[in-house]
Amino acid sequence: MANSPASKNSLTINGLDAGYASVRVLEDISLSVSHAETVVLLGTNGNGKSTLMKCVMGMLRPASGSITAEIDGERYDLVGRSTEEIVDLGITLVPEGRRLFPKLTVEENLLLGAFRPTARGAIGRNLDSSYETFPRLRERRSQLAGSLSGGEQQMLALARALMSAPRILLIDEPSVGLAPILVSRTIEKIQELKERFELTVLMAEQNFNQAVRIADRGYVIVHGQIAFEGRNADELNNNELVRKFYLGL
Amino acid sequence: MKIGVFWLIAAAVGLALVVLTRLYFTNEYFFFAAYVVLQYVVLSTAWNILGGYTGYINFGTGAFFAIGAYSSVVLHKLPALLKIFDMVIPAIPLPVMILVGGIVSGMVGLGTGYLTLRLRGVFFAIATLALAVVVQTLIVNWDYVGGSRGIYMIRPPKAPLGGSYIQYLYALMMALCVISVGIARWIERSRLGLGFAAIRDDELAAEAGGVPTLRLKLIATTLSGALMGMAGAPLPYYVTYLEPASTFNLAYAVNSVAMPVIGGMTSWVGPILGAILLGTIQQLGSVGFFLDLNIPPTFNLLIVGVLLILFVIIMPNGIMGLISARQRRRATIIETALQQQRAA
Repeated sequence: MANSPASKNSLTINGLDAGYASVRVLEDISLSVSHAETVVLLGTNGNGKSTLMKCVMGMLRPASGSITAEIDGERYDLVGRSTEEIVDLGITLVPEGRRLFPKLTVEENLLLGAFRPTARGAIGRNLDSSYETFPRLRERRSQLAGSLSGGEQQMLALARALMSAPRILLIDEPSVGLAPILVSRTIEKIQELKERFELTVLMAEQNFNQAVRIADRGYVIVHGQIAFEGRNADELNNNELVRKFYLGL
Repeated sequence: MKIGVFWLIAAAVGLALVVLTRLYFTNEYFFFAAYVVLQYVVLSTAWNILGGYTGYINFGTGAFFAIGAYSSVVLHKLPALLKIFDMVIPAIPLPVMILVGGIVSGMVGLGTGYLTLRLRGVFFAIATLALAVVVQTLIVNWDYVGGSRGIYMIRPPKAPLGGSYIQYLYALMMALCVISVGIARWIERSRLGLGFAAIRDDELAAEAGGVPTLRLKLIATTLSGALMGMAGAPLPYYVTYLEPASTFNLAYAVNSVAMPVIGGMTSWVGPILGAILLGTIQQLGSVGFFLDLNIPPTFNLLIVGVLLILFVIIMPNGIMGLISARQRRRATIIETALQQQRAA
């Protein structure tokens, strides 16, 4: 609905069905993320948030439905494209649980974020800019990623995703396994990155209160279906459905 | 060290070893034994490209090795076959056989990679084990290359480099060592190696970040298979009687896994160390060197097994792991000292 025709980078999902073998996980999902918008996808475990992310990234082929992205004003159909192509287009995923390369150094992790030929050209500049954004990572550049603290690992996961200079950033549960204070810091950092790089962000999150802090809009996903769509943070906050299905109040 | 410089040094070391051993060892048996050790250097280095760098455990070394050996048999018999059709070609030289063996094995490696691209971890290992059985069955039933009876191979009358033919084989295997180690070290320091390491650490994350995991895996299986085939290509002339049971011996698979594990899988040095250590022990064992200790030659594979278990328990990162752990400890000591200095 907020998908204005003037948008430069946006993501639109229409009537998406997906699952694993005979298990259907997503049912008729439609959502959109407009240019420079932060949209949160709220839902507890097992409701299909990660499956949705995998579909967008081409890691799982949807049974039906369409996923289109508009990158710098150009439209692309994402279904049927390989993950590499999608990353090349300018869409990157920060996977759930960070999924760093624990036995490689911080810098090697960052370099792997820019493995694609399209990202390689600007590798020096992007490396500088991530060290600038995350000074801790510069200090620890030759340390093994597995030896970083949880918060530092989440920062590295974000920095790695930014190494391919994405336009659209997908973030899957950034709060997993982090202490409350770090969750709040991570969420703020995401907001900061979004503004700084003018990113279009789709973030899946369980931590309702934290996610809503930076959300422009949001969807609540229950059993693989969009149960509620909130056009702003207020609508998400004061809603019967959210309280019942999601917060369990 | 620049890549080119390393190649030069490796080639020089290989050449020096060949020349020096030829000067100092008059006993022909030395070259027989050294050939096998060098062959294991190539095999374990090749195995490590897929197993160590990329994290895919391959139990099918025997298959790739034998494909190299049997492609040489075919090439050896090719002039005789073509004569029937009134085509006269000269005997094919061994270096060409090695090249062809590498190409054929590399293609089988590529095919294996394609067929197993969805398999990970233990399932991949089982598939490669199955590959060895499949290839062996094919060879056993292929009469042209001797079938299960085996085939006699008559060595060319004279060795191109002077000296005995076995010395020639030894020199060629040394060259293969230089090539495979050079390739392994280049991979380690290239973007390719970084991509391999990403697959080993977390394949899903690598894919999500745009690392072309499938293509990299195919490169790894192809390269690894090709080098194994090249190591096998001179075998028919080495043994002069080639038969499937010993060509597909389990020892090749076990050794090429055990050597990198014992030497250390994350560095090109590891497989060399492991191959020299284990290969030498086995060669000494097979001539009864350990008879005084009541260890007969038949216990060769047992020695490998025991050493493997010991290393996995005591030094899971191999000999190289021990060295780099010490380096890291030293680095931390220096770093904390610097920090204290700064604080003071």
